[in-house]
Amino acid sequence: MKLLWFHLMPYTDLPADFVERYGSVWVDIDPALFDPRRGHQLYNEFMDELEQAAELGFDGICVNEHHQNGYGLMPSPNLIAASLARRTRDAALVVMGNSIALYDPPTRVAEEMAMLDCISGGRLVAGFPVGTPMDTCYAYGQNPSTLRARYHEAHDLILKAWQADAPFAWNGRFQQQRYVNVWPRPVQKPHPPIWIPGGGSVETWQWCARQDYVYAYLSYFGYQAARAVMQGFWSEMDRLGKDRNPYRAGFLQFVGVAESRAEAMELYRESAEYFYGRCLCVDSRYAAPPGYTTEATLRAKVTSQVAQAARRADQAKRAFAAPSFEEIVEKGYVIVGSPDEVAEQLRTVATELHVGQLMLLLQYGNMGRDLTAYNSELFAKRVMPQLHDLFDDQWENRWWPRPLAREERAVPRGMAR
Amino acid sequence: MSAAPSERSVRVNGEPCRVWEAGQGEPLGVLAGLGGAPRWTSFLARLAERRRVVVPSLPGFPGAAGHDRLDDLPDWVAATLDLLEGAGLRGADLVGLSVGGALAAEAAAFSPGLARRLVLVSPFGLFDEAEPVADVWAQRPEELPALLAAHPERLLAELAPPADADPVEWQIVQVRAMEAAARLLWPTCDRGLAKRLHRIQAPTLLVWGDADRVLPPSYAKRFAAGLGGPNELRMLPGAGHRADLDAPDALAEAVLRFLA
Repeated sequence: MKLLWFHLMPYTDLPADFVERYGSVWVDIDPALFDPRRGHQLYNEFMDELEQAAELGFDGICVNEHHQNGYGLMPSPNLIAASLARRTRDAALVVMGNSIALYDPPTRVAEEMAMLDCISGGRLVAGFPVGTPMDTCYAYGQNPSTLRARYHEAHDLILKAWQADAPFAWNGRFQQQRYVNVWPRPVQKPHPPIWIPGGGSVETWQWCARQDYVYAYLSYFGYQAARAVMQGFWSEMDRLGKDRNPYRAGFLQFVGVAESRAEAMELYRESAEYFYGRCLCVDSRYAAPPGYTTEATLRAKVTSQVAQAARRADQAKRAFAAPSFEEIVEKGYVIVGSPDEVAEQLRTVATELHVGQLMLLLQYGNMGRDLTAYNSELFAKRVMPQLHDLFDDQWENRWWPRPLAREERAVPRGMAR
Repeated sequence: MSAAPSERSVRVNGEPCRVWEAGQGEPLGVLAGLGGAPRWTSFLARLAERRRVVVPSLPGFPGAAGHDRLDDLPDWVAATLDLLEGAGLRGADLVGLSVGGALAAEAAAFSPGLARRLVLVSPFGLFDEAEPVADVWAQRPEELPALLAAHPERLLAELAPPADADPVEWQIVQVRAMEAAARLLWPTCDRGLAKRLHRIQAPTLLVWGDADRVLPPSYAKRFAAGLGGPNELRMLPGAGHRADLDAPDALAEAVLRFLA
């Protein structure tokens, strides 16, 4: 299986009384809470951590896109990925991703991702999320009623732009461009692998199956809450006659490794409570713009059992009131323990959810650089070796980058060959 | 409330749109507001005592499909004109409330002669950064009724599924109506009407609830200043954005007197 190191880039200095005093971490978070001097330190620490993860042997490093968000300081993941492309040699660069309906013209995304694929020598994974309501409809003012149609048109345009062998005119419903001709072109042919971060909607599963894309369930609520969603995904793959290749699916899990469970409980308490207590405090006003959820999904939410379980999880999420670390661990939001215990649990998670692309959050909340390094190193040295063999003998990962041969790849100045 | 209205259907872009009709006499068109017209109301019944009231549903609002084909303002204006003409309302008096008021104003600006006389009740369409329109799509569900109506219990009663309705489908219809309004007006409710208001030459009555928490009453003056034809303003004391629910009799009275 593939093990990827994911950074959300949270602001680490939200005050202890954030929930009572400020209310929302997203959309209308108080600008006065951001100290650019602190921002300077954080960006550099976070990029160090991603680079270190690549050096430690994680298969991929992941960045993502959020706007006006106190736990996600990457409005432009492409900026971070560009730097990582120069400072890493072999790790997959998983840009998870660009919310393509937000960009006008969407060919900007085709261009930037082609640049990333060229700079990195073909190590890019292109993630295309629709984007959350907070990011797209509220922060970026996109119309929730046309968002999905725009998303699909942007997707079709980007894919054609990457593959067309001549300039073409695009006369779309939302987008008109007389001369589409993306220069540069991606290294990977016909295009970089495409991963779709999604919630639990049936339409997204069907679309991933039709397009042969990876479906990545990026939940903050661990494997227990994800069971219903991933079971729904795999039953839909069965129904559509797709194989059960676990590399079709990605999943995100928070982890804290230490020498013993007791030590882990002590080390990771503060940062986990910071994340689940402050970072997830999103005003419910920004949760459900009308039209963002399709009518088919709305209907399914009310009627299907799978979705009822998801809805209970949703409701639990809304009622989220600063859980204790004991609760966080008990519900499986964060997996903690000794290297062997964590390896055993993750093996169970990957097997039960049947997920081949496992993304790990080893920095979360206000976790500092030393603890992040400790967590990452223990994971890489003592957990990773126990997991890497899973699935590999049975399934081919058709959704992994195909970079240029190592000897063909440029060596950036100052990097060891 | 009087007997149920008669119901027929008009096609707009090939999609069926419900038209309710009640009463006798000169036709009076009504374009409903945010959420559309899930039920016949006592406001409409009062109007129907004196006029033949015709209530066509705009695409995406209860009783009408096809909002998902409308991508920009010209699409919406053309659909509104098709709907009003299909309902036999060209040249008739026209009342537009809230979202329906924005489209009544747009249609009147684009098509002189569409409305003989116009009544706009708390219409959307303008936005002032110094006194912004409330964001009706960014509200906690439990807080929305009191934002929209001074008598939220009346709005809750309007939105409660009738005994014979499938509660799931009823709820989806209400969400769809909010989506249709968002499709037209997201995110600031300003589609440039200020640049076209002067083209509205029909005599116009502006009605505003003085307790409107969505569109502050100062917007009434902005509308009045922009309109090209003769106009008058009537404030309704104690009424919120849903003046038709908060003050149905006073609103009907004001409309009928202006159109008498």
